[in-house]
Amino acid sequence: MIAAPVSAPEIAIDVHGLSKSFDGREVVHDLSMQVKRGTIYGFLGPNGSGKTTTIRMLCGLLTPDSGEGRCLGYDIRRDADKIKRQVGYMTQRFSLYQDLSVRENLEFVARLYGMRDPQGAARDMISRLGLSGREQQLAGELSGGWKQRLALGACTLPNPQLLLLDEPTAGVDPKARRDFWNEIHALAAEGLTVLVSTHYMDEAERCHEIAYIAYGYLLAHGTVEEVIAKSALSTYTVTGDQLHTLQDQLAGKPGVDMVAPFGTSLHVSGRDKAALDATIAPWRDDKGLHWQHSEPSLEDVFIELMTRSKDNFQ
Amino acid sequence: MSMVDQPVRRGEIPEPRFGFWRRSFAMVIKEFIQLRRDRVSFAMIVMIPVMQLLLFGYAINTTPRNLPTAVLLQEDSDVARSILKALENTAYFRFTREVHDVAEFDNLLLSGKVLFGVEIPRGFERAVRRGERPALLVAADATDPVAAGSAMSTLGVVAQTALEHDLFTGDPAAPPFEIRAHARYNPAASSRLNIVPGLVGTILTMTMLIFTALSVTREIERGTMESLLSMPIRPIEVMFGKIVPYVLVGFVQATLIVGIGVLLFGVPVRGSLIMLALLSTLFITTNLAIGYTFSTIVQNQLQAMQLSMMFFLPSILLSGFMFPFAGMPVWAQYIGEGLPLTHYLRIVRAIMLKGAALQNLEYDTIALFALMLLAMTIAVTRFRRTLD
Repeated sequence: MIAAPVSAPEIAIDVHGLSKSFDGREVVHDLSMQVKRGTIYGFLGPNGSGKTTTIRMLCGLLTPDSGEGRCLGYDIRRDADKIKRQVGYMTQRFSLYQDLSVRENLEFVARLYGMRDPQGAARDMISRLGLSGREQQLAGELSGGWKQRLALGACTLPNPQLLLLDEPTAGVDPKARRDFWNEIHALAAEGLTVLVSTHYMDEAERCHEIAYIAYGYLLAHGTVEEVIAKSALSTYTVTGDQLHTLQDQLAGKPGVDMVAPFGTSLHVSGRDKAALDATIAPWRDDKGLHWQHSEPSLEDVFIELMTRSKDNFQ
Repeated sequence: MSMVDQPVRRGEIPEPRFGFWRRSFAMVIKEFIQLRRDRVSFAMIVMIPVMQLLLFGYAINTTPRNLPTAVLLQEDSDVARSILKALENTAYFRFTREVHDVAEFDNLLLSGKVLFGVEIPRGFERAVRRGERPALLVAADATDPVAAGSAMSTLGVVAQTALEHDLFTGDPAAPPFEIRAHARYNPAASSRLNIVPGLVGTILTMTMLIFTALSVTREIERGTMESLLSMPIRPIEVMFGKIVPYVLVGFVQATLIVGIGVLLFGVPVRGSLIMLALLSTLFITTNLAIGYTFSTIVQNQLQAMQLSMMFFLPSILLSGFMFPFAGMPVWAQYIGEGLPLTHYLRIVRAIMLKGAALQNLEYDTIALFALMLLAMTIAVTRFRRTLD
């Protein structure tokens, strides 16, 4: 591995005020973030929120309209070439060559990075990925889970210091997802910094830190506990009969910002606890319903953030 | 489950009336919208027929006139001037060069700078006046029999009538001098000899262009470009990586065509085979570079194909492959000079049929080189390094 510049030994990503527009539509607005080395940083947000654009700006695939920052100590505007050598980027869509075999794809990457023994490096990676026996198979013929493993293998092959993973587990079965995350944690334990975007709440909870972005705005960041604590959301979990009717009755009432079914229960949340309590009072005595004040889940927090940001920005 | 408490009644979505027409119409609308958005394809719909019409209508002339001719004047006399005037009056010959020795005369023909050479020997006038019926030489570059043929056929009339106003004694039925026509390089006027070397260039242009014209757009359309750009590779490296394999492909193709031409059609290779191989490789690389440049300009594979055809068409029509170059109007010749095939045709015909060496072909070699560098420069600067 190449030693990083001395300027920022602890911070892998440090960007300020990044903005990017496409055809006059602002996709990322004044985004600032810091990611510590060796952490797994989850990047969450709805579709079209600017996650992919942000990741592409970090690795030099897009030029920010304004803002500046450093990635691994290199200027993201001027040193894109140096950043590219240190960063493994796994694209949202499978972007290795479908008409090349597993081994040929890995050897291509190894050669592009000028590794000394491309064949050896590819062989090692194939066994690390558990792809032995499939190395001759064309990448396009692999199943979704194997494609994703291969893509991860390809972007970790040159021993990068930072991994940028753009929705790496979309459309992958739970077992493969778990294996994938075990691998990510193993890599982080080796000192790799990982920025991963995802839709899945359970994956967010596997991250050391998370950031939530919607409509181009970074709305919350910190550890999962911090994000939940900062939300100031009051949530009741209701169990009982006729929850569907209750949901319809509560939706849109004063103080009720969100009603959402979770399995056999219903989550009722609001920012204004007093107003919420006043609204739900008539139902609290209902014998068929069991009310419990609880911690909001991360999903509650995010959906609430998203609804609020939609009101503010759209 | 709370969600199932009130099951939503979802009826089956029925097949609409006139479903086939509705869906077809939807498709037609969609295709129109896409076509309207695709400006380049839209432009081609107009450009290709207009271009063909203009090119075929104006540029192509199978009985070319004003063909460049060199004169080797060994004596300056009234008779010589009358004969040159008569030649010029046929409108086939245009005297562009006056030379003073045989070597220069031969070199001009060999390099293709002139199509004809007229030599008036020393003591010609005196011999005419004495009724000796002397001979003057008209040498033609007959590699393209079409270009040379019509002009050669007028020579007999010229001999009959050139001096009818200059009064000579003697037999009025017999012409006072003789024109010895010398069809060089292709005495049998076989068009096959001309066409086979031309096909080497034409086929290479088509295949090479298309190989590389699709290369960058294919990466973009398959989504592999995003990965490629995120890795530390520079535009010029991408270009070489995409050109080099096809240089080999092109070399194999060229070998095949030349081989078949020699074995089946009896076309000679009078010049150096090594020179032919080297200059063919230069030509192949130039075409690959141009194709690659196209692929950095266009947005999808369809546009790439269309742009290639747009380049290929004038290459066939204006390079001298299908119709004599010298017979085209000047503006068409200028376009032709910008096409690699024009230069390669001169090179390949000169080497195979005339046995020319590199010093005869300096201009065309330099032109090919310049076109290659120009294409590569455009390609490297046009290559988008980001997804902006």
